[in-house]
Amino acid sequence: MKIMRLKSLKMEGGVLPGFGPTLGYTVFYLSLIVLIPLSALVFKTMSLSWHEFLAEVTSARVLASYRLTFGTAFLAALVNAVFGVLTAWVLVRYRFPGKKVIDALVDLPFALPTAVAGITLATVYSGNGWIGRYLEPLGIKVAYTPLGILVAMTFIGLPFVVRTVQPVLEELEAEVEEAAVCLGANRWQTFRRVLFPTILPALLTGFALAFARAVGEYGSIIFIAGNMPMVSEITPLLIITKLEQYDYAGATAVASVMLGASFILLLAINLLQWSSRRYAER
Amino acid sequence: MKQKNVVRSLFVALLIAAFPLAALAEVNLLNVSYDPTREFYQDFNASFARYWQKKSGETVVVKQSHGGSGKQARAVIDGLGAAVVTLALAYDIDEIHDKAKLIPENWQKRLPNNSSPYTSTIVFLVRKGNPKHIKDWNDLVKPGISVITPNPKTSGGARWNYLAAWAYALKQKGGNEAKAKEFVTRLYKNVPVLDSGARGSTNTFVQRGLGDVLLAWENEAFLAVNELGKDKFEIVVPSVSILAEPPVTVVDKVVDKKGTRKVAEEYLKYLYTPEGQELAAKHYYRPTDKKVAARYARVFPKVKLVTIDGEFGGWRKAQKTHFADGGVFDQIYAPGK
Repeated sequence: MKIMRLKSLKMEGGVLPGFGPTLGYTVFYLSLIVLIPLSALVFKTMSLSWHEFLAEVTSARVLASYRLTFGTAFLAALVNAVFGVLTAWVLVRYRFPGKKVIDALVDLPFALPTAVAGITLATVYSGNGWIGRYLEPLGIKVAYTPLGILVAMTFIGLPFVVRTVQPVLEELEAEVEEAAVCLGANRWQTFRRVLFPTILPALLTGFALAFARAVGEYGSIIFIAGNMPMVSEITPLLIITKLEQYDYAGATAVASVMLGASFILLLAINLLQWSSRRYAER
Repeated sequence: MKQKNVVRSLFVALLIAAFPLAALAEVNLLNVSYDPTREFYQDFNASFARYWQKKSGETVVVKQSHGGSGKQARAVIDGLGAAVVTLALAYDIDEIHDKAKLIPENWQKRLPNNSSPYTSTIVFLVRKGNPKHIKDWNDLVKPGISVITPNPKTSGGARWNYLAAWAYALKQKGGNEAKAKEFVTRLYKNVPVLDSGARGSTNTFVQRGLGDVLLAWENEAFLAVNELGKDKFEIVVPSVSILAEPPVTVVDKVVDKKGTRKVAEEYLKYLYTPEGQELAAKHYYRPTDKKVAARYARVFPKVKLVTIDGEFGGWRKAQKTHFADGGVFDQIYAPGK
């Protein structure tokens, strides 16, 4: 069946018309939506000399904010990777009452305005909030600390891993696991040798998306971070701070560094994903 | 039958013709303002629309836009078609001249009182009964006192807070620049959270229950007390504070292009009339009109107020010394301190 479909597609050259026009539209579309605004960003940065640019993007406060932003975003994506796979597994493999509701719940962080998410999280986790009041006596402060940033980033990145891993798990038939067990694999081996390589590319995609989303997040974090210089000040806030002083060039300089770093990291994850897919296919 | 059709099409034609006429008789103005003025301008715009209708027969619709003062100024610089701007501090309006040349440099000389029809000041909001006995600025730097104020780098209101504290330290016996710097450094050591805007700080203090004292606009403090309950908060007026002048101006390039200069200028002048002043006072802005001020003297306590021009040599200088990158405020948080 699969082979037949492939063959027929090959004969017609695909459902969409020709390679030329489709690539043309893709390039045009990407330029309009992504490249032109981004080149404006780089262009504005150019008004700084190389020396000024370096001073701007390597000042102690900016460096501290990079560490905080990328570090917590990475941790948040990691948390989401673990629990996202678990959630996807439960949603695919089991039937239970209220499953549809939980399935819909996963997407909620997508739909909620980020400011609402931030205010809600700050309310719940602050010293007099529902959760905060039980954590505070234990010496755990969440709101207005870097831990709060982690919570907010985890919240907004939750759907990505679940939604990328879920369809892969759905396609993976239970028979594959059964076969592995029949061939003498124990639970851990089945997971490591059979399940994990199959879902790894999707997991990496979800991880990359959650990471990128967390790095760029501003709206929700600002309400829970506390925003203390050197401690809980994220890079997007520093960019806003610079804009507030009408320092457009400084703001774009920091933004372009952030953009470059994100691009390199995403590219690295994509390469990793590509090689893991080849490994899975072998 | 045919006649009926003709009548109908005539009617439709009339409707189509009348539509742009109706639109012509209506004048649109956009007032770009900062956050806490929302309620005031809602009332003021309705009052002005009535006044203008009577005076000229034109229907004027004033649209409002609110947000952080700096953000609003940037929107105007980037092309938001504001007929008038009514922002939190002169520095933001200065930038509209510097960056986009939409207004002349001497804009602040065009209307009375530095173009500030109403003023405000910075006061303390404390919890009911004032459990930490906060009476004046020097109580804020004591150990164990938690002070809530937004980040002066992102909030216009926070800059007024900072400068008021600075002015207090200067006015003390033997006060000088070095002592003032030490004073604000100690003050900001007592700040656990720097929200990005004034409303955010009010929320942190009121809703999250964080901090012993909130440094706030006088009108915001009144609003918090009256809206959230007199049984929860009290206003403490310090011995010295700063005269906050939120200025207004017509955006020349925009009104000349749209041909709305006359009504826009009248709109701002109306702020200085007894009606406009009365409304400002009702929303807890200090009126500049002597008669209205006398009527509301009971509401607004007398405070020794320093001015930004007298004490700090104007906004441009204050901004550069204190809030620019590497300025005094940044030095407070410099690593190794």
